[in-house]
Amino acid sequence: MTSTAMLDTSSATSNTTQVYRIFIKATPQAIWDAITKPEWTQRFGYGLRDEYELRPGGKYRGHANQGMIEMGMGGVIVDGEVIEADPPHKLVMTWRMAIDPTLAAEGFTRLTYEIVEGRGGVSRLSIIHDLAGRPGHAAMVAGDQQGPGANGGWLWILSDLKSLLESGAQMTPASRLQPHE
Amino acid sequence: MHDDDLVFKALADPTRRFLLDQLFTRDGRTLTELESELEMTRFGVMKHLRVLEDAGLVVTQRSGREKLHFLNPVPIRLIHDRWIDKFTERRVSALTDLKRQLEDQSA
Repeated sequence: MTSTAMLDTSSATSNTTQVYRIFIKATPQAIWDAITKPEWTQRFGYGLRDEYELRPGGKYRGHANQGMIEMGMGGVIVDGEVIEADPPHKLVMTWRMAIDPTLAAEGFTRLTYEIVEGRGGVSRLSIIHDLAGRPGHAAMVAGDQQGPGANGGWLWILSDLKSLLESGAQMTPASRLQPHE
Repeated sequence: MHDDDLVFKALADPTRRFLLDQLFTRDGRTLTELESELEMTRFGVMKHLRVLEDAGLVVTQRSGREKLHFLNPVPIRLIHDRWIDKFTERRVSALTDLKRQLEDQSA
């Protein structure tokens, strides 16, 4: 039956571009802050302490959070460079899993965040992740390495971000999460 | 707002599920590519894609002169999050795995 395959979307393995779109009851500024400010980035998804230089050519570093450091995984987990920063609507950047030598060797991917204000206090967040020629990254952000229905990838990160901004609570404490191997 | 009704309505049609399956297999297709897989007029395929877009299940992106269609799995994930909590998920996936195994054997 086709619906079975369809519910298993987390295992999509597009090696080109992946697109995710979510509607969140929050202002574009609140979403922008959640994506770019370390006090917010530590509260959803993998809970990295993100550091951005929000200008073209500026550095991006996603640092290990306390839970990861305690497990012996410190330093920079994800790195990249800002290509375009137009707060609170558009962020274009390069993005690479720096902690994993195999993934790091694939090189940088191109990641775009787009935030559009809608009606009734609802904003639309789109993720356009260009992963051409980066199959390891593509599998990771699609949530492939986490098993069916389990946590991982953009789907889970966005779902968690929505929960955080709409209810102030996140689904899973970041400190309990294992980073991707 | 993207209410669950739109998602269920969009999924309640075999042609639209087929289109999603096509995008699942290979994402980022043009209307022409999607149309070639179906015995249907271009207008008919456009109408179905429109319903999928309204439900947020398909997102389009421009690439030069082409309009590419991408599967957006987020709405299905949100429905999943709402109804399948993390305590029942393991049991549910055990059952779906069993179903798949048994059906594969009989195929």
